[in-house]
Amino acid sequence: MTAGVQTTAITYREALREAIREALSSDPRVFLMGEDVGLYGGSFGVSRGLLAEFGPERIRDTPLSESAFVGAGIGAAMAGMRPIVEVMTVNFCLLALDQIMNNAATITHMSGGQFAVPVVIRMTTGAGRQVAAQHSHSLEGWLAHIPGLKLLAPATIADARWMLAPALADPNPVLIFEHGSLYNLKGELDRDHGPVDIDRAAIRRPGSDVTLITYGGTLPAAIAAADQLADAGIDAEVIDLRVLRPLDDETVIQSVARTHRAVTIDEGWRSGSLAAEISARIMEQAFYELDAPVARVCSAEVPMPYPQHLEQAALPQPAKILSEVLRMLGKGSGG
Amino acid sequence: MPSLGADMDSGTLLEWFVKPGDEVKRGDIVALVDTSKAEIEVEIFEDGVIDELIVAPGTRVPVGAVLATVGTAGAPPAPAAATPPAPAAATPTAPAPPAPPAPPTAAPPAIAVDGHRVRVSPLARRVAQQLGVDLAAVTGTGFEGAITRADIEHAVAVASPPAPPVPAAPEVAHRQEAMRQAIAVLMARSKREIPHYYLELQIDMSRPLEWLREENLRRPVTKRLLPAALLLSAVAHAVVEMPEMNGFWVDDAFHPGGRVHLGVATSLRSGGLIAPALHDADRMSLEELMAGTQDLVQRARAGRLRSSEMSDPTITVTNLGDRGVDLVHGVIYPPQVALVGFGAVRERPWAVNGLLGVRPVVTATLAADHRASDGHAGGRFLAIIERKLNTPEEL
Repeated sequence: MTAGVQTTAITYREALREAIREALSSDPRVFLMGEDVGLYGGSFGVSRGLLAEFGPERIRDTPLSESAFVGAGIGAAMAGMRPIVEVMTVNFCLLALDQIMNNAATITHMSGGQFAVPVVIRMTTGAGRQVAAQHSHSLEGWLAHIPGLKLLAPATIADARWMLAPALADPNPVLIFEHGSLYNLKGELDRDHGPVDIDRAAIRRPGSDVTLITYGGTLPAAIAAADQLADAGIDAEVIDLRVLRPLDDETVIQSVARTHRAVTIDEGWRSGSLAAEISARIMEQAFYELDAPVARVCSAEVPMPYPQHLEQAALPQPAKILSEVLRMLGKGSGG
Repeated sequence: MPSLGADMDSGTLLEWFVKPGDEVKRGDIVALVDTSKAEIEVEIFEDGVIDELIVAPGTRVPVGAVLATVGTAGAPPAPAAATPPAPAAATPTAPAPPAPPAPPTAAPPAIAVDGHRVRVSPLARRVAQQLGVDLAAVTGTGFEGAITRADIEHAVAVASPPAPPVPAAPEVAHRQEAMRQAIAVLMARSKREIPHYYLELQIDMSRPLEWLREENLRRPVTKRLLPAALLLSAVAHAVVEMPEMNGFWVDDAFHPGGRVHLGVATSLRSGGLIAPALHDADRMSLEELMAGTQDLVQRARAGRLRSSEMSDPTITVTNLGDRGVDLVHGVIYPPQVALVGFGAVRERPWAVNGLLGVRPVVTATLAADHRASDGHAGGRFLAIIERKLNTPEEL
């Protein structure tokens, strides 16, 4: 690290690549494996160039068998390596769910702490790019159900760049969800920032009238809604959860205690969603602070449609967030 | 300042619901008073016209102080809402000399206790309680017409100019501490002054519970009866036959209570205990008793009891069965002379006519004041309760 603030224009994708490059350079135990991460440069281009730079021992293409290569990653982690496993999308991690849930999440506990599983599993999540239902779902809410895992959802350039190092340093299995719509996000990266915490939610926009709670791919929608609300004289606070498990209740509850209203925004399906979990926690811990029922803006409960207009209609959009807030304030008919 | 319970020696007037010139009739709620236990709505005991409000909101005055005067149009004012400055506790009597009747008037802007439910956000309800705002007088503008904090603040802003600001209620912690203190004083007094004697009787509940089961089959779910209603009703009816258990020991003499106002021991969620009266419980049907108890408990927990309910129970019933307790040896609520306790209804081996069976059994206990009655009478009282329970169709 050098002194002084230097920033560089960079994309979310490049920030992820820099983080992987740094990890590979600084720790010989780190390697990357997954479908098409080598020759093809990764299905989303994250690992482009890394094969040439680090060689096939450390950038490993795998067969199309999520259960096998996720299991291999877990085994390598138990044996002392620091694997970064890329699963193309969260939809395909279901094939490796047995490895994730029955092995990665449990072994530390079942071995009485004899084995740590410091594996990092990265995957793309979310919709909005017309790749149809089997490539578009947001299933991180399901995985957030599992004790023993830590779940991260970088929604900013800085988190894309700086979350990987603490994730690799964590003795527990860490899952990182990269929303497909964020890869081309461009922004300035503070070169001197250094590793971020992977415990706390972040307030991305302070406000006093209502708290919008979201993460990952819906953060831009929440920010856009907050900007529109500001035009209407409503001051919205936006919380980026960042860590989906374990949830940072404190930041959320303290915010709701200030604003007295909350909308949770989650690209997952509404039933049994992270939005539902957050709503329940607010009810449990801040009921007497609430000036209106907690509202949820989630994806429509359908397999994600392919046609663009239907896909966009199924997703949480700024206009839906806006109308929920207005309804909550008794100012609109709702949407 | 009326005595709103034997343990009260002073109270803080929080809010007036009337102003000079208002017509009032007996039973109208005229003021809100903070005892150390709860906020109590004070009823007026005669008809008339409010002449002068003597005590300003926020003032703490001893029991017996004159709060306001009331008269009729053209007639000289008479002091009202006042008791003779009696020592704390003692008389559970209604205050005030009579005044000539006046034409009835509209209900005060009081609290819609039994009307349909008003939507209030949890935050707004909390703020309203802190500011002493009457929710019935607030218009909701929030989600689905709910009252929000902004509505409460608006109501306060609008109401403030004419009326003096309503004092904030004591802090919750202070309130709990004060209630603990009040219970401590009262219970210590009970144990210091009242020579308690204790009796217990195990009662076979199979007949009443069987009757209840069949009765409930005929009733819609919302009208179904709970065993607790039978227990309360049995005590209310039994006490009619045993008037020496129903009343007060005051000034070295027993004063019969006359009507049966059953004190229902109710634990408060914030901690502490209160035993408001179910008026004329002996004349209530089981259904009325159920509804009455439910209403009383809800209002007790919301801190919205009426003055008469606080001051005039003639005998107390405590039911700790829900807590899984087998039996309770109660402490009498002075100046009452008896307290009936019930434990949990449990299945027990039970011998009848040389045969052993399993029966639902409840242990009824009596704590009674030996100055007012003897063990023999107490035993009869428990036996009457048992007989009443075994003729549930007459309850």
